[in-house]
Amino acid sequence: MLLIVCPYCGKRPEIEFTYGGQAHLARPDQPSQLDDQAWAEFLYMRSNTKGVYAERWRHARGCGRFFNALRDTTSDHFLAFYKTGEPRPVLSTSPAPPAQSVAARTDAAASPVTERKI
Amino acid sequence: MSRQSFSGLSLLWRGLSRHAGWQKQWRKPEPKARYDAIIVGGGGHGLGAAYYLAKEHGLANIAVLEKGWIGGGNTGRNTTIIRSNYLFNESAALYDHSVKLWENLSQVLNYNVMFSPRGVMMLAHTVHDIQVIKRHVHANRCNGVDNEWLEPAQAKEFCPPLNIEENIRYPVLGAALQRRGGTARHDAVAWGYARAADALGVDIIENCEVTGIRRDAGGAVEGLDTTRGVIHSRKVGISAAGHTSVILALAGVQVPLESYPLQALVSEPVKPIFPCVVMSNTIHAYISQSDKGELVIGAGTDAYTSYTQRGALHINMHTLDAICELFPNFRRLRMMRNWGGIVDVTPDRSPIIAKTPVPGLYVNCGWGTGGFKATPGSAHVFAWTIARDEPHPINAPFTIERFRDGHLIDEAAAAAVAH
Repeated sequence: MLLIVCPYCGKRPEIEFTYGGQAHLARPDQPSQLDDQAWAEFLYMRSNTKGVYAERWRHARGCGRFFNALRDTTSDHFLAFYKTGEPRPVLSTSPAPPAQSVAARTDAAASPVTERKI
Repeated sequence: MSRQSFSGLSLLWRGLSRHAGWQKQWRKPEPKARYDAIIVGGGGHGLGAAYYLAKEHGLANIAVLEKGWIGGGNTGRNTTIIRSNYLFNESAALYDHSVKLWENLSQVLNYNVMFSPRGVMMLAHTVHDIQVIKRHVHANRCNGVDNEWLEPAQAKEFCPPLNIEENIRYPVLGAALQRRGGTARHDAVAWGYARAADALGVDIIENCEVTGIRRDAGGAVEGLDTTRGVIHSRKVGISAAGHTSVILALAGVQVPLESYPLQALVSEPVKPIFPCVVMSNTIHAYISQSDKGELVIGAGTDAYTSYTQRGALHINMHTLDAICELFPNFRRLRMMRNWGGIVDVTPDRSPIIAKTPVPGLYVNCGWGTGGFKATPGSAHVFAWTIARDEPHPINAPFTIERFRDGHLIDEAAAAAVAH
């Protein structure tokens, strides 16, 4: 089971959360302008990344809020948690973690991004 | 090359001579510089496609490239359930094509895949379940697929360990039974296809990971970069399950897939107690007994996408809760092993068996949580698609473009699908 750090409530077990899929997908501003191909891409195409993936979680059995996370899909280690609306954090392989994801970084300390097997 | 034939007599003869003189089942060739067709992915679907390409389409120079070892992915990790009671006409045609091939597969391959049509029973626990399952029964029968409705007492008669008391959390209100459904031996499917394909000259190349897709000036496929060198071919079929997105990205092709962990587990072996396959989609439990005596139990997918081949324990616990309530006899059984595979799931939970926008590149993916049952049928129509550069009538609806055109085959909402 994953340990997930809700940016509002702190570290909680996975069963308190629901998964929201790929993050940073904006609904098209002008839906009527889109052709079928563009709609299909918005509705169905996901990057399905093998590696660091930006995804949404919802603390459904807690505060109820959505937030985003960066997770390495080859190890399931979280690399960062951040609030909806904030830009995707830029990860460096240096040991200094982004300020808002200290707790997550501690969990993932044993698995820096460079360790990934592709 | 000539191949020893398996039979009762040959087994007896080899047994009397202390099992000396058995041949290797397939060669371990070095990759050639060029093939007429290459299949990427040495699971049942990929090996089967190579076999049918050689057997039915006359291609002699074929390779199967496998990153690890053959049958080591989802083919070796699933719960081996075989059935064809899908709702929609397109699905029923595809899955029933497969069941018909299963019925003679051991004879055709001269390899015992241990296909056992012991019956697959799907339980109804709510009024909604009853309505949906009865709709399936009628739709299946219109499509010539056997399926019948059982009242709880009949279900208990067919599967004596089943608890049909009314005071449990999700009481059994009835069931659908497909008698032609059942199980097969997963490893034997990979090995049987590998052996039969090898006998027809197919090169099975293990420990060979694809790292690039080479294309000519016109954009068509001309070869693959691999960890064992460059291998040329004008036809490449991708049959790589959870890693399909990763491989297709090498050619700039995106398909609507997400890869999820799917877990299964087995109990300690016990004497024969469980005569059929029982599935409950509502409470996520799938169970049968292997010929070794282990109860083979399947869970639902994990919540998140991943490539780790493992999942969370609470997913298994949820399934075991249901198993223990439905089959109180099993409450004191110990579970021996659990494991995960990575399944590629499409938005409509139906597969994609199609040409891609890149000439010469074909894909067979999106089998999600239920690909094993389709192995022979999927392989058969995929081989047709590769050989003729056009889909077989059975897989013609299973395109990538259906997501753009709105012709979804929406088995997800239909809920006879386990996921």
